[in-house]
Amino acid sequence: MSAAPLLPDVLSASGAIELRGVDIHFGDGKTAVSAVSQLDLDVAPGQFVSILGPSGCGKSTLIGAIAGFTPLSAGELRVDGRAVTAPGPDRGVVFQHHTLFPWKTVLQNVEFGLKMRGAAPRERREIARAMLDSVGLADFAQHYPWQLSGGMQQRVSLARVLVNRPRVTLMDEPFCALDAQTRLSMQELLLALWHDYHITVVFVTHDVDEAIFLSDRIVVLSERPGRVKAEFSVGLPRPRTRDLLTSAAFMQLKRDALGLLFDGSGAAASGYRGRAEANPRPSRTRLARHL
Amino acid sequence: MSKPALIRLVAPFVRTDAERVPSTSSRSARRRAGRALESLLIGTASLCLWLGLWQLASTRDWQFFFRFDNIPAPSEVALAAGELVSSPKFVSHVQNSLVRIFAGFSIAAVLAVSVGVLVGHVRLAALSLLPPLEVLRPIPAVAWIPLAILLFASAEHSMIFITFIGAFFPIFLNTIHGVEGLDRRLVYASRTLGAGPVDVFWEVVLPGALPAIVTGLSIGMGTSWFSLVTAEMISGQYGIGYYTWEAYTLQNYPHIVLGMINIGVLGMGSSFGIKWLGRRAMPWFRPEGSAA
Repeated sequence: MSAAPLLPDVLSASGAIELRGVDIHFGDGKTAVSAVSQLDLDVAPGQFVSILGPSGCGKSTLIGAIAGFTPLSAGELRVDGRAVTAPGPDRGVVFQHHTLFPWKTVLQNVEFGLKMRGAAPRERREIARAMLDSVGLADFAQHYPWQLSGGMQQRVSLARVLVNRPRVTLMDEPFCALDAQTRLSMQELLLALWHDYHITVVFVTHDVDEAIFLSDRIVVLSERPGRVKAEFSVGLPRPRTRDLLTSAAFMQLKRDALGLLFDGSGAAASGYRGRAEANPRPSRTRLARHL
Repeated sequence: MSKPALIRLVAPFVRTDAERVPSTSSRSARRRAGRALESLLIGTASLCLWLGLWQLASTRDWQFFFRFDNIPAPSEVALAAGELVSSPKFVSHVQNSLVRIFAGFSIAAVLAVSVGVLVGHVRLAALSLLPPLEVLRPIPAVAWIPLAILLFASAEHSMIFITFIGAFFPIFLNTIHGVEGLDRRLVYASRTLGAGPVDVFWEVVLPGALPAIVTGLSIGMGTSWFSLVTAEMISGQYGIGYYTWEAYTLQNYPHIVLGMINIGVLGMGSSFGIKWLGRRAMPWFRPEGSAA
């Protein structure tokens, strides 16, 4: 990965996530469900990490925990060295379906975080307008969320989070409700914003293409209770464009990743599984090496 | 009322839809206007037909299960209405009722919305306030009349109280419903954007519950009229309900119908007023739900 240039107003060393032996259970007694078990994960500042796994493997639970909604049953979770206890604007979340306030205009939605921070109306309007411009929605400032398409709604969601300059942006399958074309342009937009704002992104998805296209690193979770089954780096050059999706290097990575996801199919997959089972620490393999 | 005047009367309610959607083409607006005109014409024709039947029944003294011999004909009612407009007594009846409605309904709105939001949002408030209110809820406002007379020194206050009781529960229950039905993800989202508990309340819970609150206010307006008219018939000295009942005791039959029509018009007008205010307060609201 080529180092993204830092904007002067962004802290360079912020956005490190650290999970140590994290357990998350829901319910008590016989109905208790273990969603995440003995999970260790480190995310470096500015890294784009995708969490990939079968549905119901605790991907969203993990996002909830880092965001501060879901209490840990055991283990430690720190962002920039500080334990996470409650939600906060330093950890923005983009949900699968937009959570824009229906009673606020697009601009008011984007302004919200600044308003909570006590910014003066004129100042926050200016910043929010600039942010809207960077997601290409400057002309829709006075619209209400229901007047926008799904893709536009997610762009506003993204703008609303980024305007806070969060250390970490958590994204829970944000594009999976969009059609393929819109999804691709959203992915490209996200990469551009990630590059410009130099944010740490934890991106949950079940779409292998999406994970490879976007990420520096992909973490594969096992079935419930979720634990890190394997992880690998994506060494594809940046900036990435849609041409990459049909390249041989991309295909090779995808084949390996699919093998990991549906374990047992393919030599690479069984190889990873063997290593992951033999070693409680996740295996780190640089798949991109043989490209 | 002439037709253009009627159209002008309905127009604000037809037009607002088009106004809310800036992207709506003028063609669909025109189609909507055409459809409104159509329903207006058919509605007026139907109304005229029923009025004609009534006129016939009253002037011919029809007696088939219903006895129309004592029922005033629409023409008599219209004549009485002509006299009424110039009568200062009638104006003060209407004024009295309006003041009572305004007082009772306003107190109910403020109390029901604040207690409702509290009950919906704060667990302790729900646990402590809901049981006594649940006991009171099934008691119709009319059943409160004897106690209300004992409870207040002036008849005026007891009637305002009855109006209040009539409006309170619909507003209260709808407010709770609105707060509890709020999409929790919006609360989560606001907290990840830096909102504290107080911000969550003012920025998310209250506006989120507003559509249900407006529905409650609109229903409450109807029930408060219902309660007021009953209270006025039983213990009033002025007011449109009293006027209607007085017309019966004085055998002034056309005025019974006039009183009824007035109650209907006033009730409908105030409900429209609430809906109009609600629409002004919520330009963002779409009845079919905005979650795409």
